[in-house]
Amino acid sequence: MIVSIASGKGGTGKTSVAVNMALSIGNVQLLDCDVEEPNVHLFLHPDINRVEPVYILVPVVNEELCDHCGKCAEFCRYNAIFVSSERVLIFPELCHSCGGCVLVCPRKVITEEKHRIGTLKSGSAGDLELVYGELEIGEPMPVPVIKEVKRQIKKDRNVILDSPPGTSCPVIETVRGSDFCILVTEPTPFGLHDLKIMVQVLDGMRTPFGVVVNRAGIGDEKVYEYCREKNIPILLEIPYQRKIAEFYSRGVAFSLEMPEWKEKFQTLFNEIRELVSK
Amino acid sequence: MKQLTVLSGKGGTGKTTLTASVAVLAKKAILADCDVDAPDLHILLHPEIMRTQEFRGSKLAIINDAKCTECGLCREKCRFDAITEDIKVDPIACEGCGVCTVVCPVKAITLTERISGHAYISKTKYGFMAHAMLSPGETNSGKLVTLVRQNAKMLAEKENSDLVIIDGSPGIGCPVIASVTGADIGLVVTEPTMSGIHDLKRVLQLLKHFNVRPFVCINMYDVNRDNTEKILSFCKENSIEIAGRIPFNHQVTEAMVNERTIIEYSPESNVAKEIESIWKKILPSLKSESSF
Repeated sequence: MIVSIASGKGGTGKTSVAVNMALSIGNVQLLDCDVEEPNVHLFLHPDINRVEPVYILVPVVNEELCDHCGKCAEFCRYNAIFVSSERVLIFPELCHSCGGCVLVCPRKVITEEKHRIGTLKSGSAGDLELVYGELEIGEPMPVPVIKEVKRQIKKDRNVILDSPPGTSCPVIETVRGSDFCILVTEPTPFGLHDLKIMVQVLDGMRTPFGVVVNRAGIGDEKVYEYCREKNIPILLEIPYQRKIAEFYSRGVAFSLEMPEWKEKFQTLFNEIRELVSK
Repeated sequence: MKQLTVLSGKGGTGKTTLTASVAVLAKKAILADCDVDAPDLHILLHPEIMRTQEFRGSKLAIINDAKCTECGLCREKCRFDAITEDIKVDPIACEGCGVCTVVCPVKAITLTERISGHAYISKTKYGFMAHAMLSPGETNSGKLVTLVRQNAKMLAEKENSDLVIIDGSPGIGCPVIASVTGADIGLVVTEPTMSGIHDLKRVLQLLKHFNVRPFVCINMYDVNRDNTEKILSFCKENSIEIAGRIPFNHQVTEAMVNERTIIEYSPESNVAKEIESIWKKILPSLKSESSF
C-alpha cells in the first residue's frame, strides 16, 4: 500500500505524521518527496548507503553544422533556446527536457547531454528504509527529482510518501499513484483555506483521502464543520502541546518519547488500510 | 522602486502573518501574494477585487480520435508519461510541450490553451494588492508568480509607490525563484527547530545564488532557545543581518481566527512591538535612492 501525506499549507505537520507513523508500523519504506526542503532525515539520522546524482537531459547544438534556422527555439515552450543569426544560446535551468528540439531540428544537429539538478540518497534507520532527494540550489524544477525518488518504491512494503507543501505540480507528482492520501491540517483559517484547495485537487485525481488535525485546540471549529459537511473522515487529532512542539524542535519523533502515540499511529495506519480495501 | 520578498524555505513559519503586519506598518506599499497555489494573505487583508485576468499558463494535448490510428508513437516519445496505454491524454501529467504533435504521423494531435488560474488586482485598506489563484492541480506556478509581480510593478508605477512587499511560497523551487529574482531584500522567516534551521540554510544559499540581500527573522524564538542561539551564531559567522526575534504568543492565532493582523488585533502585544522593531530595522535598506 502506498500512502502519501500532503497538506496545502506548509508547516502543518506532514513530516511529523510521516515519521511517527513510519516508526509505529513495520516493513516501512519512507520516501521524502519534499526535495526542495527535505526534513525526514533530520528525525531519523539514517545510515546513508547510496548517493546518486539526478540528471535531466538538456540540448547541445553542434554550432558548426547549425544553420540557425530557429525551428528549435520556435518549438520550445519554455524559452530555453535562443537563436540569433550567429549563435545559439541554451538555458538549461529553463529546459523541461521534453526532447522536442532534437525532433524538430531539420539538420539533426542537436543532441542531449546530462545536466545535474539534484541528488538521490537512500539508507536505513533500524529496519526502516529511507529514500530522499535534494534539489540543487538555483534549479527550479523539483519534479524530475521527485520522480527519481518514487522510482525507488518497493510495492511489497508499507510505502509512506512525505509531500512538499502547496497544491501544484510537485504535490501532484508525489500523490499520483497513491492508494490513499492523508491531509494534515491545523484548525485555523489558513489551514482550512489550503485544505479546501487540496480536497479539490484530490477529488480531481480520484485519490481517496482523510484528514489529520494537528495542533488541535488552537484556532476554531471550522475545519471540523467543513469535514462534517463534506463527509471527510477525521482520522486523528494531535493536540497542541508544548511538549510535542519541543520534541519536534529538537528533531525528535514524539512517539518515541510518548509511547501512547505509537498505538495511535498504528490505529491510524490500520484504519487507512481498511478504507483502502473497501 | 524597491522590492521586499518574505520567504522561508520551510512552510508554516509565519511568512503571511509577518507580511500582512508589515503591510499595515508600511502604509501604502503595493502588496503581492506570490504564494499562488496556497495564497492566504487575502484572509488577513480582505482585498476588494477590481480586476480579474485569466491566466493561460500552459497547453494541453488533444487527440482527435477520428484521425488517431493508435500507433503509439506519441506514447513512446512523451517524456512525461502523459499518454495512457489506450492512447488518451492524462491532463494532469501533460506539460503541453508539443512533442506528441510533432511525432504523430497522421497529425491527429493539437495543443489547446488551458486556463490554469486567475490573477487579480485589488484594493485593501493598506494599499493595492496583486494576487492570484492557480487552478487546483495546475502547473506553471512560476509563470503566474511572474504575472503577479508584473501587476505589482505596474501598480507601483501607477500609484507612484516606491515599495512592493511580496509574500513568497515555501520551498526553493520555481515559484520561489520567480518571487526573489530582482528583489532588493529577502526577509527569511525561520523557527528554532531542526527543520527550520536546515531549511533556512538552503534558502539563504538561494538568496546568495540570486544576489538578493538577506535578513533573518526568528519566529517563536522562545520555543527552543538553544536552537535560536544556533541560528544567531550561524548568521553572525556568515555576516547575515538579524531583523528580529518574535516570541510565541497565542494571540497570533487568535488574530488569524479573527482574520486580522496582529498589529490591528493586539497593537500592544509583544509580537506587534517586535514586528514594529523589525520593520524599523529593515526600512532604511528599502528607501529608494530617488527619495534621498
